[in-house]
Amino acid sequence: MDPVGLNHYLFVGAILFVCGIVCMATKRNAIGVLMGVELVLNGANVNFVALARFTPLGLDGQVASMFVIVLAAAEAAVALAIALNFYNNHLSIDVDRADDLRG
Amino acid sequence: MTPETYTATATTLKWLLGTAWLLPLLGFVIEIFGGHWGGRKSKTAAWIAVAFIATSFVLSVSAMAVWRNATSEIRQQQAASIAAHDEAHGHGAGSHGAAALAHDPHAAGEATHTHTHTGHVHTDRPDFDPLRTTFTGEFYQLARFGSLVVSMDYYIDGLTILMFLMVTLIATCIHVFATGYMSDELTESYEDHQVHLSGGRHFHRPGRFYRFFAFLSLFCFAMLGLVLAGNLFQVFVFWELVGVCSFFLIGFYVERKSASNAANKAFIMNRVGDFGFLIGLMVVVTYFGTFRFANTSQEEVGTPGLFQMVRDTHGHMVTEGEGREKVVLIQSGGNTPWRDQDGKQKVIPYWLLIVAGLGVFAGCVGKSAQFPLQTWLPDAMEGPTPVSALVHSATMVAAGVYLVGRFYPMFTPEVLLTIAYIGCITAFVGATIAIVVTDIKRVLAYSTISQLGYMMLALGVGGWMAGLFHLVTHAFFKSLMFLCSGSVIHGCHHEQDMTKMGGLRKKMPITAYTMLIGVFAISGYGIPGLPINFSGFYSKDAIIASALTYVSLNPQHFLLFYVPVVTAGITAFYMFRMWFMTFAGTPRDHHVDEHAHESPLAMVAPLCILAFCAWFCAFRGEDGGLAHQILSSEPTHVREGIEHSGNLGLSLPSHHQIHEKHATAGWVALFAAGLGSLISYLFYCRRILDAGVIGRQFWMIRDFLIEKWRFDELYDVMFTRPVHVVGRWCQGFDQRVLDGLIHLFGRLTLQTAHIDRAFDERVVDRLVNVCGEVTFAAGRSLKGIQTGRLRQYVMFIALGVVSLFVLVFTFLPRS
Repeated sequence: MDPVGLNHYLFVGAILFVCGIVCMATKRNAIGVLMGVELVLNGANVNFVALARFTPLGLDGQVASMFVIVLAAAEAAVALAIALNFYNNHLSIDVDRADDLRG
Repeated sequence: MTPETYTATATTLKWLLGTAWLLPLLGFVIEIFGGHWGGRKSKTAAWIAVAFIATSFVLSVSAMAVWRNATSEIRQQQAASIAAHDEAHGHGAGSHGAAALAHDPHAAGEATHTHTHTGHVHTDRPDFDPLRTTFTGEFYQLARFGSLVVSMDYYIDGLTILMFLMVTLIATCIHVFATGYMSDELTESYEDHQVHLSGGRHFHRPGRFYRFFAFLSLFCFAMLGLVLAGNLFQVFVFWELVGVCSFFLIGFYVERKSASNAANKAFIMNRVGDFGFLIGLMVVVTYFGTFRFANTSQEEVGTPGLFQMVRDTHGHMVTEGEGREKVVLIQSGGNTPWRDQDGKQKVIPYWLLIVAGLGVFAGCVGKSAQFPLQTWLPDAMEGPTPVSALVHSATMVAAGVYLVGRFYPMFTPEVLLTIAYIGCITAFVGATIAIVVTDIKRVLAYSTISQLGYMMLALGVGGWMAGLFHLVTHAFFKSLMFLCSGSVIHGCHHEQDMTKMGGLRKKMPITAYTMLIGVFAISGYGIPGLPINFSGFYSKDAIIASALTYVSLNPQHFLLFYVPVVTAGITAFYMFRMWFMTFAGTPRDHHVDEHAHESPLAMVAPLCILAFCAWFCAFRGEDGGLAHQILSSEPTHVREGIEHSGNLGLSLPSHHQIHEKHATAGWVALFAAGLGSLISYLFYCRRILDAGVIGRQFWMIRDFLIEKWRFDELYDVMFTRPVHVVGRWCQGFDQRVLDGLIHLFGRLTLQTAHIDRAFDERVVDRLVNVCGEVTFAAGRSLKGIQTGRLRQYVMFIALGVVSLFVLVFTFLPRS
């Protein structure tokens, strides 16, 4: 077998991404959707770190992933706030119930 | 006379008569604008008017003196020439007083030969030309249209001055009379009983005293202007003006329907005649190029006037050709025919000269109330009596006769025959209607129509002097009789119906006996040979003598003698009937009789003056001053008569021939008058015969006469009703055709509008709606994409990103 190279890390990052997408797309629970979002962001983070190690991107990649982590945290906070407000109005966090903006 | 004397006399006469003519105009202007300054109760306006017209009379008298003085030598020459001519032809003594005039018989005037193409004439003529005693000239030039000059001219000869005297004298008397008669109007509130208001209320209005005199003054101005006029157009201008004044005066009591209708009728019937006058004017100006009657000025060589162009100096109308192509050669004063620059002879077709004559005569028919335009005159009695006396008996209606006399040289024998027949018919119609009328003014109106017919008849049969003689005498006695009737009406408190009068001579003696003088005058009473006969005797005598002579020369026109004789009898009959019914016998209505009184001095004095004139104005008859004054203006061709002239071969009598028949005619006329008055005496004075029985026996004739020969009904059917029918056709056409067309267009527009609306609604709106609906449908269908389901959105995002990546990496070149 080859030594663990860039592609392997990118592949892992892609799998995380896809799992995150599928989780976002299929979960009915809002928290579940948030978990999906985390997965997507983490997948992107793995991409960044891998590229930081194996390409001349260098520490920029690491810095970018720090940004992503912070953003993910902020966004999770906001998303939880939205879910809390939603629960206050609808007494449920089923995302399928949030179809008031339907056309 | 020498040119200097001519000019001097012409200027004097021009100023005298011009002032006499214009003074009434000044009076009119003063009175109409300032007449009410003195308040409605003052007679100032009347005295102004009287003063002006009396001054005009004085000026006319002095003009007469000047004229007689200036022309005495010429007139003596002419009289001597006539006397010598008469003796040379053995015409016998007593020929019209020519010997009396010629104080110093000179050698006879030159015998002149003129062989023309018309008729056979005496081979030598006396030296008589009225243009030698005529003064013509121009007052003021109004306009110039190429070669046609329109100006205010004067033509002063003996006849002019005589007419001035007559008009101003009669007008003065009537003005004075009217100050008394119209005194009813001197009030702030005049109650007019003949105006019918709704509800039977009485009608009050302020008095109109000053306006009456203003209109009278304007009328005098117009009449004098007509008489003084030196060209035909000026005559026409004043002709219309007298018509307008007559309109104002007849319609003086404007609020009375009958009066305003009568005024309209008078003016409109005059206008009908004036249509013919205009045609005559147009013919004259086209062929002669001027309106002037004559140009006798000796200093300037101007264009000759009409009288000098149509006949040569011997009074012959020079014609050429026969039948339709007959033309009259236009002279240029003297015996030379008129040639224009190319040397062509100026001519006028003979038939057009007849048309011109008939046209001008048509105007006279209207103005002088001849058949068929006579119906306006009896209705004109709606005006106050002084108006009837001045306008409708003595002056305005005489204007027509005056114009015929003035325009005489232009009339061809055919026209003269027409004039004679129309006069004949008129005389008869007027006299027959007067027999049955009971309103005193209407009797006099029909009498006026009849006497005007006499005058036209006289002029038509060649008795030029007789016609104008009768004009003057008639003016005096007719205005006298009208004023007497006015006095009667005033005295009986506006009662005009003779059946309610009777025996008034005891209460109103002066009126009665002056009226009797008038009645004698109009009946033509007199003893032949006496110089002091009533004036009507001489004039009527002259007319009947002329008629008899004419008929003896042209036997096929015998009616022109018999009708005047019969009419003379009828005239005497109805005049005496009027006098007897009014003044003789016993009163028929006690109420009227009780209040009857003689009129005040202002009204009675003119009666006496006019009665004196009516009796003595024709002193010495045809040898007297009046006749000779008229004779001095006689057209040259009248004296000697004409034999077999014109297209009909008519002969006009000469003075000599008339003189031969004079005695016979005189006795015939006297007999007729005597018979008429005798019958009237038996009917109305002695009551031996009963008029009522005769009336019932001949009720058909009586009704026909009372209906005025049904002329009004005839004209109603002939003219008024067709006009109404045409009016109704026009109304129908207007309503059905024109309005229908307009309604059609309206409906078309409405239909178009409906179509447009349908199109707009169904097509255009649908298009717009379809666009909107399509957009809406598109939007609605796109709405379905937004399901609101979060997981679906996420899926779309993911799928979208993936496909985007794939596309980018497929189609973009790898760097």
